[in-house]
Amino acid sequence: MTAALELADVAVVLAGRTVIEAVSLTVAPGELVGVLGANGCGKTTLLRAALGLIKLSAGEARLADQAVGGLSEAERASRAGYLPQERRIGWNLPAWRVAALGVPQQPPARAREIAMRALAEVSMTSLAERGVLDMSGGERARVLLARLIATGAPLLVADEPAAGLDPAAQLLVMELLRARVAAGAAVLVTLHDLTLAARGCDRLAVMAAGRLIALGPPPQALAPDILAAAFALDGALMETRAGPVIAARRVIP
Amino acid sequence: MRPILFLILLLTVALALAIGLGETPLSARQYLQAFASPASPPAEILWSLRAPRAAAAALVGGALGLAGAVMQGLLRNPLADPGVLGVSAVSALGAAMCIATGVAVTPGAIEIAALAGALLAGALVVFLAARLAEPQTLILFGVALSALGGAATALVFNLSPSPITTSEVLSWLLGSVANRDWSDCAAALVPMAMGAGLCGWAARGLRMLTLGEETAALSGLPMARLRAAAVAGAALLTGAAVAMAGVIGFVGLAAPHLTRGAVSDDPARTLVPSALAGAVLLVAADLAARLIPTAEELKLGVVTALFGAPLFALVAWRASRSWRG
Repeated sequence: MTAALELADVAVVLAGRTVIEAVSLTVAPGELVGVLGANGCGKTTLLRAALGLIKLSAGEARLADQAVGGLSEAERASRAGYLPQERRIGWNLPAWRVAALGVPQQPPARAREIAMRALAEVSMTSLAERGVLDMSGGERARVLLARLIATGAPLLVADEPAAGLDPAAQLLVMELLRARVAAGAAVLVTLHDLTLAARGCDRLAVMAAGRLIALGPPPQALAPDILAAAFALDGALMETRAGPVIAARRVIP
Repeated sequence: MRPILFLILLLTVALALAIGLGETPLSARQYLQAFASPASPPAEILWSLRAPRAAAAALVGGALGLAGAVMQGLLRNPLADPGVLGVSAVSALGAAMCIATGVAVTPGAIEIAALAGALLAGALVVFLAARLAEPQTLILFGVALSALGGAATALVFNLSPSPITTSEVLSWLLGSVANRDWSDCAAALVPMAMGAGLCGWAARGLRMLTLGEETAALSGLPMARLRAAAVAGAALLTGAAVAMAGVIGFVGLAAPHLTRGAVSDDPARTLVPSALAGAVLLVAADLAARLIPTAEELKLGVVTALFGAPLFALVAWRASRSWRG
């Protein structure tokens, strides 16, 4: 099966500084891959490079087997949807209009239909007419997720979709992304919550200083030596009855 | 549709008042005469003096209202407007240099110079906006640009070899549609129609920008072209408005603000109501400038500032709260 996203030996240099070096990663349909790493290790830059938002200084990024640089705007949007980290919403649009921004090329009636279906998927139908700036942070996060879902793109990329949310809302975001994966989508997310990542992701890519230092299923990617190298944490992944949990004993000085 | 119909009705009433009322009181019979015989003196007052002036105010107000709505959408900033961001001031500077150097005798030269100024300032503002994380910083740049443009315009007139009257300088700096005739309106209509067309095409891009640059970049819309069209459209509208009436502040700020609530904050659907509201505001403001009894007629920009500045403060207050949150 064609990979939804394929990064081959990617490097990015921004303002003379190498931000990402030699990163190779594929995301296949029906797979949720999490990108982890300390603040400033290059996670967001990696996502942006994958989507063609910044130039690669080496390597190649391919969306559904086409080099991202050669795609038109419409072709790129049909292959990948993106939920960036920046969540400031300029105007107090009703929720359904925000969700409808996932399909700006569709005629209004069809766009509304798609938006309403996406809002139903995130259980926000009852608030479809409410202005997004009048909502709680958790509700707004769900509306933005509905916009991402509405794109219907085979690859969904979300930069810290769970940031700033309460525990229940974080779990809900992961469940919604898992539902897209079950429906056949490929999903790439960055996360800071290691336990959430261990539970929700099929594979984890752990970054440190712009390089990939681990790539694999959670128990392998969150081994003690990786936790130490990526996060300066003395800790371990433990299996509990409630699922895997990261226990951190202390920060390594 | 309902807000648009309401505003069209309001504009019709405002235009009727602007044509009907004036310094010269007319009797009922004279009004009838104005409609019956086009060559009579009352007809002259109504159709050759007041009507083109009211039309000029409506065109300028409409252009500024639309340009303001486009700039606010483009920059995701409720404080953006051609006046606040200095686009009008730099546009007036272009026109002033054109007049002072004597190039203005060539037909269309003032319009082109005003447009060039507006385009230059518009491009600068968009360039800065992409590099400033804080939306309020952009407004500070705009204030500086606006002050600089105003001062430079005054300086250009001061240094001009042929003497230019203070009243004329004030007309450029404070704005006026006094003594505009139908040919002025016709000349402004072409760039304004082009600008409005570009803005209409860019509308869906403005709505997409609600979610920020990165979401828009991956939306599948041709954002680079839509953004360029929005900037060029707003600059054409502002340049044409300035060439016709000088710098008139706050209309571009107030019009979108007054209409946004009726279209649930949608930056695309605000455009038409905002243009109509701008036209209503400026026709009403010009009528006030004519009717308020002062020794010398009030400048239009003075009237709009008197009402607009408090509104600006109110919008700034609200915006600062949303930026904090």
